[in-house]
Amino acid sequence: MSQVLTDTRMSWVGRLNDSRNLLGFLFMLPAGLLLLVFLTYPLGLGIWLGFTNTTIGHLGDFIGLENYRSLMHDTVFWLSVFNTFLYTIVASIFKFMLGLWLAVLLNQRLPFKAFLRAIMLLPFIVPTALSAIAFWWIYDSQFSIISWVLIKMGWITKYIDFLGDPNMARASVIVANVWRGVPFVAISLLAGLQTIPQSLYEAAALDGASSWQRFRHVTLPLLTPIIAVVMTFSVLFTFTDFQLIYVLTRGGPLNATHLMATLAFQRGIPGGQLGEGAALAVAMVPFLLAAIMFSYFGLQRRKWQQGGRD
Amino acid sequence: MAEERQDIQGMDYLTSLPRRVVTTYIPLAIFMFVLLFPFYWMAITSIKSNAELYDYEHFSPFWVAQPTLANIEKLLFHTPYPDWLWNTVLVSVVSTFISLFASVFAAYAIERLRYTGSRYVGMSIFLAYLVPPSILFIPLAAMVYRLGLFDTRLALILTYPTFLIPFCTWLLMGYFKSIPLELEECALIDGASRLQILVKIILPLAVPGLISAGIFAFTLSWNEFIYALTFISSSEVKTVPVGVVTELVEGDVYHWGSLMTGALLGSLPVAILYSFFVEHYVAGMTGAVKE
Repeated sequence: MSQVLTDTRMSWVGRLNDSRNLLGFLFMLPAGLLLLVFLTYPLGLGIWLGFTNTTIGHLGDFIGLENYRSLMHDTVFWLSVFNTFLYTIVASIFKFMLGLWLAVLLNQRLPFKAFLRAIMLLPFIVPTALSAIAFWWIYDSQFSIISWVLIKMGWITKYIDFLGDPNMARASVIVANVWRGVPFVAISLLAGLQTIPQSLYEAAALDGASSWQRFRHVTLPLLTPIIAVVMTFSVLFTFTDFQLIYVLTRGGPLNATHLMATLAFQRGIPGGQLGEGAALAVAMVPFLLAAIMFSYFGLQRRKWQQGGRD
Repeated sequence: MAEERQDIQGMDYLTSLPRRVVTTYIPLAIFMFVLLFPFYWMAITSIKSNAELYDYEHFSPFWVAQPTLANIEKLLFHTPYPDWLWNTVLVSVVSTFISLFASVFAAYAIERLRYTGSRYVGMSIFLAYLVPPSILFIPLAAMVYRLGLFDTRLALILTYPTFLIPFCTWLLMGYFKSIPLELEECALIDGASRLQILVKIILPLAVPGLISAGIFAFTLSWNEFIYALTFISSSEVKTVPVGVVTELVEGDVYHWGSLMTGALLGSLPVAILYSFFVEHYVAGMTGAVKE
């Protein structure tokens, strides 16, 4: 009797063990459930909310494209689109150039290299909201250390209003964003640089290539695939940035630094207009996709031009 | 490693020292100065008294004449800061463990069980990683209100895995891929079940990957801002980043001393954790990008 029982139990476990699909389903269950409920469903819900006039505490009615129609005529919305692109493009270009430069510097023989590499990542590791507060203090209109140093050196005569003037504020938030993003770009590109065999540089040097030519014709082409991926991530994170702006300017002065994400938050949460906020967030998607496509395929294109596979 | 060192040295001996100073050391020093200055500024501000803080005439702003612990004392005993620290630790640890647990099974199933459609699931996990929180927070807020989770830690514990699981799964898939299939085949022939193989063979070999994923997930949840800002309103349930930004800056006068102390104390735990696991961190970062 007991023999039979063990047999059926064995075969049940055995069948479970054999059936990859059943076992696969069971193994996927915890991750799948969490992601379906809290990621896939809200994505759909967000699109639905964008078609309603839902407010906090009040389930709204379907109003079709009304939210989008009013956004089309909303100058603040278009200003935020402009700001988002300006912020993303300028910050990404600087992050790429400075990050690549830093990676090349760190790829050389250096004393305390491991230590330098470790502390360089700190801006990326600490909470952005908290380092943004440090920048807020650095940008203070009365006690800014930058202004103080510049005055002492005699370069300017009065304190710079870093966050009070629209264009100055845009530049200031971009600088803070670049400061935070450079280590990520640098460390990822450094990993790519380390995979390039030194013998290629030696061969190029023997052929008489200058150091700039070695960089241009050996380093850059071999690094292109990883640059495409790193910059795509960088563009994605910059485009959807929220915390830095929220802490430094809350979108001001005169909405000059409002990004689409901060505007969506302002309208949706403190403003209570969940429907309009959701529409704004959904409106980010096509722009975001375009930005990602551009940075990924724009950079990746060179791969097949050089005879590699896509 | 030694070989790699040699390789990196490469042709460096060809450049003279003065040239290296100009092309390498000076730019590097400027980079390091700019990257680290805000931390120095944070630290020095947090131990200044108010008299020194706002007086650049009599005191050099770059140094502190009479360091004080008043800011830390105020923060720890006269604000809800300890509550925020505790909330952040709790939420980060719990959501990290939930995510690791779910990700280990998911990554193993996708990478090794290869069930029907596992390729597409793997792809959609990667796409899920690309969905930014700033698109999700409004519908999630609506869900959180409706589920009655508003203003609870549970709201954060349940929503953080949405960005942690894709990241951890993706990272662990890479690690599992590097483990030889033969090990698993041997165990299967010896009659081990898949669960036994996962727990006794794969996981011990993937410990570095688990550490990478774990500390990265912990840092991501520690640093999370927009969900915590949206789903929490009571002071005693807030996390450190949100608490410092929303509660310490209210009012007309900004108390820069305690603000900087709050920012510094909130950054220290991740910085310390990071200092112990630098290599795992770098592996996690670059691993996620490389795949």
